[in-house]
Formats: sequence, C-alpha cells, structure tokens
Amino acid sequence: MSLVAVDKVSFGYTASRPILDAVSLDIAPGDTIGLVGESGSGKTTLLRLLLGLATPDSGTIHFDGSPLDPRNGAFMRQFRRQAQVVFQDPYSSLDPRQTIFSIIAEPLRSLRLAGDHAAMVAQALEAVGLTPDAATRYPHQFSGGQRQRIAIARAIVPGPRLLLADEAVSALDLTTKVRVVELLARLSASMSLLFVSHDIGVVAALCRRIVILEQGRIVEAGDTATVLANPRHPYTQRLLASVPRLTLNEAST
Amino acid sequence: MSTTIASAPARPPRSLILWAGLILVGLHVATGLLSLVWLPYEPTGMVGMRLEGPSLVHWIGTDRLGRDLFTQLMIGSRIALVVGIGAVAIGAAIGVTLGILAAFASKWLDDALAATLDILIAFPTLLIAMLVVAASDTASLWSAIVALGIALSAIVARLTRILAKRVLVMDYITAARTSGSSWPKIVAIHILPNIWPTLSVNFALQFGLAVIAEASLSYLGLGAPPPNASWGRMLQEAQGTVYTAPLGAIAPGLALVSLAIGVNLLADGLRDSIDPTRRAR
Ligand SMILES: Nc1ncnc2c1ncn2[C@@H]1O[C@H](COP(=O)(O)OP(=O)(O)OP(=O)(O)O)[C@@H](O)[C@H]1O
Ligand SMILES: [Mg+2]
Repeated sequence: MSLVAVDKVSFGYTASRPILDAVSLDIAPGDTIGLVGESGSGKTTLLRLLLGLATPDSGTIHFDGSPLDPRNGAFMRQFRRQAQVVFQDPYSSLDPRQTIFSIIAEPLRSLRLAGDHAAMVAQALEAVGLTPDAATRYPHQFSGGQRQRIAIARAIVPGPRLLLADEAVSALDLTTKVRVVELLARLSASMSLLFVSHDIGVVAALCRRIVILEQGRIVEAGDTATVLANPRHPYTQRLLASVPRLTLNEAST
Repeated sequence: MSTTIASAPARPPRSLILWAGLILVGLHVATGLLSLVWLPYEPTGMVGMRLEGPSLVHWIGTDRLGRDLFTQLMIGSRIALVVGIGAVAIGAAIGVTLGILAAFASKWLDDALAATLDILIAFPTLLIAMLVVAASDTASLWSAIVALGIALSAIVARLTRILAKRVLVMDYITAARTSGSSWPKIVAIHILPNIWPTLSVNFALQFGLAVIAEASLSYLGLGAPPPNASWGRMLQEAQGTVYTAPLGAIAPGLALVSLAIGVNLLADGLRDSIDPTRRAR
C-alpha cells in the first residue's frame, strides 16, 4: 500500500484560476521522488495540499490509507508527526527569537510526544551534522547551510515517514548544496522523500522516481534514469535541453 | 526582520542609552513614590509668598497662590506615571488584541477593520480623548486615562496588524503549523515575541504621548480635578505669569519632557539588550 495516494486532485486559490488539474501521484514507503516543473507550475501548492494546509477542490488525498482531513484533530496529530517539511529559504524558516533547541523541540512539544526531548534534539542535531552546543544558540549565529540543517533537524525529530523538501537546497552555494543533498540522501534511506527542485542534476542524483509538472498537470512520471534518458513529453525534452547537465559526482569534484 | 541588522555607527553605546533612560525614569518613579509618603509642604496650602523665586525653603519657588511648586511637581510625577502606564496598558490590551484578530480575519473583515482604524487615527489622540471625557459626566483622572487608552488603542491595533501580517507569511509560521502548534500557541510563541521589539518602542512613544495629552487635557480643564496637581494644570496656572515667574512653566515643562525622553531611552535600551539578534557576542 502506498504511503500517500493523491487521486485526481484539483485546486485553485480562486475559483476562476485552477492551479492544479487532476493530479494523481503515489508515494510508496521508502520512495524518493523528485518533483520538477518550472516556476508557477504548482509544486509548492501541491506540497501545501499534501501537508493539509489547504484542501483540494476535488479529488482525494490519502495518507497511510486514511483520508487527509484537516478537521479531524486526532488524525492530524498522528499525521503531523509522520509528515514534515523543509523550505527553500533558510532565513525565513527559523524563528529568529527562539533558540535552536526551542525550534527543533517545537514538534515534540506541540505534538506532545513522549520521550526525553533534550536527548531527541541532541540526536537530531547530530544526525544533521551539528554539534549539541548549537542548541543554546540563535538562528542568526548560523550560516545558510547550517540553518538548512537545523530546519532538517526540526523536520526529522518527530521521526516522520514522509519528508517534503520544497527547493530545500536551491538557496545554497554549490558545495553546501552537495553536502545537504548527501544528508537528504542518507535520511531518505529511512523515510519517503518528495523533493521539489528546479535542479535536474540534483534530482538525478537523489531521486529514484521523477514527476514532471507543467501548469498544474503531471505530464510525465517514471523512473528517473528512464525519463531522463528518454523523455517522452515535449515539455520534458525542452526542460532537459534548457538545463546544464550536472550530476552530483561532477559537482563534488 | 529575520536578518541581522547592524546598528548604525553613529548610535551611542547601548548601555549608555539604557542607563540614561533608567536614571531619568528612575528619578520620576522615586519622586512619585516618595510623594505618597512625604511631601515638603501641604500641596494645596498657601505656604509662602505669591510667586516667590527659588530659595532654600522653596526650591523652585511658589505659584501665584503661594503654594510650593516643588511639592506640586512631585505629585505631578506620580500622576504622569499613573496616566502613562494606565493609558498604555489599556491601549496595548485593546490594540494588540484587535490587531492580531485583524491579521487573522477574512479579507473583507480585515479591510473593514483597517479602514476604521485609519479613520480613527486620522483624528488627533487628544480630540478622541476629549470626546470620551466629554461623554463621561465627571472629569476624573480615571476617565482621562481610559479616554487616552482608547485613543491609543487604534494606533496600537494598526501597528500590530501590520507587524503580525509580516510575521504570518514567514516559513517558520508554516513550519509551526506542520509541527502541530495551534494558532493561539503560534501567536504566543512566534508572533508576539517577533513583533514585541517594535511594539515596545512604540509603547514608549505612546507613554510620552499619553502624558503630554493628559497635560493638555488638564490644561484645557478636562483632566483630573484640583487636588491632583498634574503638570498640565501647573502649566495652565503658570500661563498668566510666564513672564514674571517663568519657572512655574519651565519646571513642569522640563519634567514632562524628561519623563517622555527617559521612557523612550529606556525602551530603546531594553529592546536592544533583550533582542538576541542585537546582543553582542
Ligand atoms: N496564496 C496564493 N494565493 C493565490 N495564488 C497563489 C498563492 N500561492 C501561489 N499562487 C499561484 O499559484 C501558482 C502556483 O504557485 P506555486 O507556488 O505552487 O508554484 P511553484 O511551482 O512552487 O513555483 P516556484 O518554483 O516559483 O516556487 C502561481 O501562479 C501562483 O501565482
Ligand atoms: Mg514553490
């Protein structure tokens, strides 16, 4: 059974302008999927729907077999623990007035998860390659790449089964990007990953499957290697022609 | 808002601002408290000649009824502090609540609230306060405080609404939602702490506004009735003798200005020492 099942979901912020049009997508446990599409194609909107921050106009989203219903409090508490997100802008995603500990512990506190929160935060920090003494400091004392690690630590601390990353490496310089992608690759061994990116090279290195979104429609989906080697849809072909070919190995040498 | 703003090089050191504020405000607080237990003279008594100049017995002289000016000044400190704190507290309670609600309201309700606030703010604080005082039948210190608090609340609400909306679009708010935090919790732990530095400096400005507005109300005869010697009434009473005995007007004027400046310095200094992004490491 798939972890997330999106079935013919349509959505518009206003009635007059649909943003997503009959989008269907399955995310299997442990899968890594790259969601690619140009700016404005609806990638962030789809993530918002997957997170229950907005509800589809039509179609359904199931998580672990249950319908995703933001009004169902008991379900949402379970769901929030299992689905987490990392954003693009490392400067907007951490509250400047909270210590790193408070930031990372927020899901533990708000979802009232059992356990030693201090130890869990320390463990999450270690998992993203930061030292435990980071906990007492504030976001402005960290670089963009470090902040992104902190944001990832907050996302993984409740032990999610699904991690959504919305252009989580786009704002980082090349070497930092490679390190954070390596971190995500390591994490994806124990959870499903939906990775939104403009960067086909990164998607090729990180994701087993790829989904191409064009103006709110999925125009192509499949095995990353297959799709990139033999793109069927003209849009995908144009997309591939327009990006410099870059794989993770090339980038890190 | 999320980025570190380096303070301008011309700015005096933080500790100096904080200390200057502490000293000025501390002086007024000490004087105000002292006035509760000790006064040099009976405030309403004719304890000297009319319009005496400064001397060892009457430090800054007497008014045209022979009352001791320093005694009145001390009571004025107390009244100004009560008015400032009271009005800002009322203005903050109403204003912050309304501002937060407006930031969360649906589009048309938010637009309606914003327009109402803009209209209210177009009226001078003093005019609104005069209307409120006029509507209550007895002029008292409390009616002046409530009136000023209500007048200030519109300014606070508008500022709170703008600041809260700016915070609401940050990714850390979305992250808080996906972390399972409820809206009230998000307001308490993310929104209020992030708008507080700007708000608190504004409260200090409004403290000054309220004290000056109360003085104006008193000056116009709408403030606290006679036994309460507010600085505004002292100014009003010194009006006729400002050329012969200028100290009667200068002293309460200086007191007023020093308190307003002191509170602003204090707020500035406190904000800088509380803000983690401004604290030097
Ligand atoms: N809150 C909103 N209200 C109205 N329209 C919106 C809102 N958010 C996004 N849109 C519109 O929806 C469309 C899709 O936006 P979305 O953010 O999902 O695109 P995206 O694929 O994530 O783009 P990018 O790569 O630039 O992040 C855009 O045309 C945008 O203008
Ligand atoms: Mg986006």
